[in-house]
Amino acid sequence: MPSALPLADPAPADGALPGSVVNGADERDFGVYLHVPFCRVRCGYCDFNTYTGEELRGAKREDYADEAAREVRLGGRVLDAAGLPRREARTVFFGGGTPTLLPADDLVRMLDAVRETFGLEAGAEITTEANPDSVDERYLSRLAEAGFTRVSFGMQSAVPSTLAVLERTHDPERVPLVVRWAREAGLDCSLDLIYGTPGETLDEWRTSLEAALAQQPDHLSAYALIVEEGTKLARQIRRGEVAEPDDDLHAEMYELADRMLADAGYDWYEVSNWSRGREHRSRHNLAYWRGADWWGVGPGAHSHVGGVRWWNVKHPAAYAQRIAAGESPAAGRETLDTGTQHLERVLLEVRLADGLDLAMLAPGARRAVAGLIADGLVEPGPALRGTLVLTLRGRLLADGVVRDLLEAEESGAGAEPAFL
Amino acid sequence: MSPRAARPLEPARTAPEAIRNFCIIAHIDHGKSTLADRMLQITGVVSDRDMRAQYLDRMDIERERGITIKSQAVRMPWEKDGKTFALNMIDTPGHVDFTYEVSRSLAACEGAILLVDAAQGIEAQTLANLYLAMENDLEIIPVLNKIDLPAADPEKYAAEIAGLIGGKAEDVLRVSGKTGVGVEELLDRVVERIPTPVGDADAPARAMIFDSVYDPYRGVVTYVRMKDGRLSPREKVRMMSTAATHELLEIGVSAPEPKPSQGLSVGEVGYLITGVKDVRQSKVGDTITNAVKPAEDALPGYTEPKPMVFSGLYPIDGADYPDLREALDKLKLSDAALVYEPETSVALGFGFRCGFLGLLHLEIITERLQREFGLDLIATAPSVFYEVRAENKDLVQVMNPSEFPEGKIDAVIEPIVKATILTPKDYVGTIMELCQTRRGVMEGMDYLSEDRVELRYTLPLGEIVFDFFDSLKSRTQGYASFDYDVNGTQEADLVKVDILLQGEKVDAFSAIVHRDKAYAYGVLMAGKLRELIPRQQFEVPIQAAIGARIIARETIRAIRKDVLAKCYGGDITRKRKLLEKQKEGKKRMKMVGRVEVPQEAFIAALSSGEPTKDAKK
Repeated sequence: MPSALPLADPAPADGALPGSVVNGADERDFGVYLHVPFCRVRCGYCDFNTYTGEELRGAKREDYADEAAREVRLGGRVLDAAGLPRREARTVFFGGGTPTLLPADDLVRMLDAVRETFGLEAGAEITTEANPDSVDERYLSRLAEAGFTRVSFGMQSAVPSTLAVLERTHDPERVPLVVRWAREAGLDCSLDLIYGTPGETLDEWRTSLEAALAQQPDHLSAYALIVEEGTKLARQIRRGEVAEPDDDLHAEMYELADRMLADAGYDWYEVSNWSRGREHRSRHNLAYWRGADWWGVGPGAHSHVGGVRWWNVKHPAAYAQRIAAGESPAAGRETLDTGTQHLERVLLEVRLADGLDLAMLAPGARRAVAGLIADGLVEPGPALRGTLVLTLRGRLLADGVVRDLLEAEESGAGAEPAFL
Repeated sequence: MSPRAARPLEPARTAPEAIRNFCIIAHIDHGKSTLADRMLQITGVVSDRDMRAQYLDRMDIERERGITIKSQAVRMPWEKDGKTFALNMIDTPGHVDFTYEVSRSLAACEGAILLVDAAQGIEAQTLANLYLAMENDLEIIPVLNKIDLPAADPEKYAAEIAGLIGGKAEDVLRVSGKTGVGVEELLDRVVERIPTPVGDADAPARAMIFDSVYDPYRGVVTYVRMKDGRLSPREKVRMMSTAATHELLEIGVSAPEPKPSQGLSVGEVGYLITGVKDVRQSKVGDTITNAVKPAEDALPGYTEPKPMVFSGLYPIDGADYPDLREALDKLKLSDAALVYEPETSVALGFGFRCGFLGLLHLEIITERLQREFGLDLIATAPSVFYEVRAENKDLVQVMNPSEFPEGKIDAVIEPIVKATILTPKDYVGTIMELCQTRRGVMEGMDYLSEDRVELRYTLPLGEIVFDFFDSLKSRTQGYASFDYDVNGTQEADLVKVDILLQGEKVDAFSAIVHRDKAYAYGVLMAGKLRELIPRQQFEVPIQAAIGARIIARETIRAIRKDVLAKCYGGDITRKRKLLEKQKEGKKRMKMVGRVEVPQEAFIAALSSGEPTKDAKK
C-alpha cells in the first residue's frame, strides 16, 4: 500500500456509496483486504503505510484487531445500504506492514469478523503476508486451523549483503524452515523477491532465484526495486551514498528470472508474478487487476466497489479515532467515469498473461496492435485470436505499450505514428 | 528653487533661437532613464505625484530590462538668464540592433548628452553611438552619472572621456540622476552649448520621422522633427518615400503626455497622428511634406530596415499556429523592422521564418510573443543571410539552412561585421582567443586609459549570432562590452551540416558552418541530442552529415524497461494518474519519423553552445 494518498473528493462520514455501484455487481467478485500497519523496524526502501512502535502516537497494537473488525462490520452495513446483493468473500488478504507482528489469534479474530459479516465462499483463498522471522511452527498451524489457506513470505533476497541494503532483518537460513512449517500446516506458499537492489549483481540475483526455487514454492513474485520519494533509500541515492538502480540491469534480471522460473515449471500470469499452474495464481491479486469489488480495511487501505475507489485515513491513531466515533475511516474517494474505467482496464489487463480482450479497444488502437506485433512487443498468435498478450520484451515495456494503445485510441490513427 | 519656466513657450509659435534639441547617449544601466526622469521632475512637466520610475519606458520588457527599445521625445520648458527655452529631449534606443533608429534620432538633434557611469566608464555601445553622433556633427556634452555611488571614480573616467572626445577633464559635468545633483547645471549647459536648429521657415514643410509607435486606440503615433516650414492640424500631408497622403488628425508635443497644438514650426519636435494603423505606413527616416505644396527633395538618410538575423519561430502546440500569425501581424504594426513568412519544418511543423535587425531584436520579439500573447515557442538557432553560388554560377539566397543548395558549390558569401570590444586589459588575451575561434581578423587595438582597451575586429556575422556575446561575457566576468556594425561580405568555405535521427533529416538542426568547424558542430549536436532525447523502444542512431558524408555518429540505445513492478489495489489510482501525466507529456513530443523528441530537447539543443546538465533526465 503506497503511502501517498491521491487528491480527490471528500468521502461522507457514514461511508455511504452512490446507487450506481449496484450496476453489474452480480458479475463482480468480492474480496476483503485487511491492512496491518505495524512493523518492528522500517526498511529503507519501504514507503508502505506502516509504523514502528515509537511512531504510533498513542494507537495501540493490541486494540487493532477489534478496530479492524468494527470496520468490517461497518463495511457490511454500507454495502447493504447501497443495495448491493449479499456476496460472500471469495478472497481475503492480510497485508502490511507485518500482519504476523500481531498474535495469530488477532488475525483469526479479524478473519472471523469477515466470516460473520460477509461469509466466506467455499474454497475461498485466505492469505497472509509474513516475515520469515516473525512466525514459527505454532503460529502457522494456528492460522491454518482457523481457515487460512496461503502464506506469502517476504524473502526478498538470499544474499546477506543485499538484505542489508534493504535493511531486512531476517536470516536467509530461516526461509527453508518457515516454508517447511507452512507446508506441514497445509498452507500454500508464495515467496516475494526483490531485484535490482543497489549493489546487487546479476549473479547475486541468480543466487536468490536458485534459493527461492529450491523451496519449490507454489507461487513467486519478483519485483524490481522502486525507489519511492521520501524513503531513506531515496535520500541515500540523492546523497550519492548508494548507487541509483539501473533500468538496463533490471531488464536483464527480469529476463533471467523469467527464464529460470519457466525452466522450473512456473508460468508468468502477471508482469511480476509466476505460479506453478493456474490453480496457484493469487486470486486476490487477480481480483484487483480484473476490476473486482473489494473492501480494504485498516489505515490507508484502498477499496473499490463498482467504480468508486476510496482510501482510509493513514495514521493508525486517526483511524482508531474514526472507528471509536463510529464513523467511516475513509479520507477521500473518487468516482470513475466510463473513460477512466476503460483506461484502468487497459492498463491493468495488459499486464496479465490472460491478456486484454482486443474487442474492448477502439478501432484505432486495434490497428495499432499490428505495429506492436511488428516491434516484438505483442504475441502474434493470441492477437490473431482476439487477445493482446505481451511478449517478454513487451512485459518489460508494458507502460509504453499502454501509452501507445491509449494514444492510438484517441488519435484514431493506425500503427504508424502521424508524420508531420 | 529651480528655474522652472514660469510661462512655457507655445508650440507652433516658438522661435528656433529658443529651441534646443538633444538626446542622451548612454549604455544600458548607466542611468539614462533615471536622469531623464529627474529632468522631467525638475522642469516641472511631470508632477512629483505622477512620477514613477522610468517614466518614459512604457513597455514592461523595457522597464524590466532597464533598456529603451522605442524612443520618445519630451518637450520641457526651462529658464536661463531670464529667457525661456523649449528643450526637446529625444530618448534614443540604447542598443546596437537599433542603430538605424538611433541614427534617425540623432539626425533630429543638434546636440547629445554623453552619459557615462562614473563607476564603470564608457562602454562599446556608447562608443558606437558617440561616433554616430559626432559624425552627425552633434555638439557633445559629456556627463558622468551616479557620482553618488561609493565606487564612483569621476577623475579617472573624466580623463578617459576627455581623451576620447577632446576637451578638458574638468569640463565633464558630474551629476546624479538619483539624487538630482548637477541636473540643473546640466540643463543650463544644454541651453548654452547646444546650437539652435537651423531651417527655412518659409520653405515647403519637411518633417523627418524619427520614431513611429503603434497605439491600439489611436493608431500610429509618429514622432517628427520639423526641418523646414510648418505643419498644421487638418492639413493634408504626404509621405515622401511612398507618396501616400494622409490627413493630420492631430499634431502636438509630448509633455510627456500628448498635448495637441496649433501645429509645429521649424526646428520643433513633436508628434502627429494621421489615422494609419501600421507603422510601415509611417516609416522611421521618411520625410513628411505638405500634399498640396510638397517639398522637392526628401531629407537624406532614409533606408529600408534590413533584417540581418533570421530564426524560425514555431508554436510548441501546432494548434497555436493561427495565434502566432495573428500575434506577428499585431507586432508588425509597431515594428517596421520585423519581417516574416510562413515556413514548414519537417520536425517542427508550421511556423514562420522571421528576420530581425539583430540578436536583441530577436530576443525581444520572441519574449513579447511569449509574454504578451501567451505563446509557447521554439526558436531555431539564429542564422544569417548567405549567398550561395552553385557550380553553374546560379546565385541562391539562403536565409534558412534548408535553402542551401545540394550538389557542387562554387562559393558561399557571408555577411561580416566590424566589431568593437571594450575590456579591462586583463581580458585581452582571452578575447583574442575567442575572436580567433570565431574567424575574427583583428583590425586594431587602442588603450582608452591605463587599464581599458578597445579591440577592433572583423568577424563573420554568422559567428556572432549564436552565443558570441554570452561567451564574451562569461570569459570576462561580464566586464567586456561589445558592439558591431554590419559591414560588407566575404567569401568563405562554408558547408551545411545536417543532423539525422534514424536516417531522417531534422531540418531544425541543420546549420551552415565553416568547413573546419563542421566536425565539431556535428559531434556537439549529436552528443547533445543523445543526452536530450529519451531512449525509445528501438535503437536510434544520430548522425551528422555534410551532404551524403557522415561526419559524426552517436546512438541512443533502445529502452529495455518501462514498466512499474507493482500494481496492487492501492497503486491503481496513483498509476493511472501517472499514466495520464505521461500522456500529457507525450502530447508535447514532436515526432521525427518514429522518434519522439521532447520539445525541451529542441529548445535545449538550439539554445546554447554547451549541453546543459539540467536537461538530462
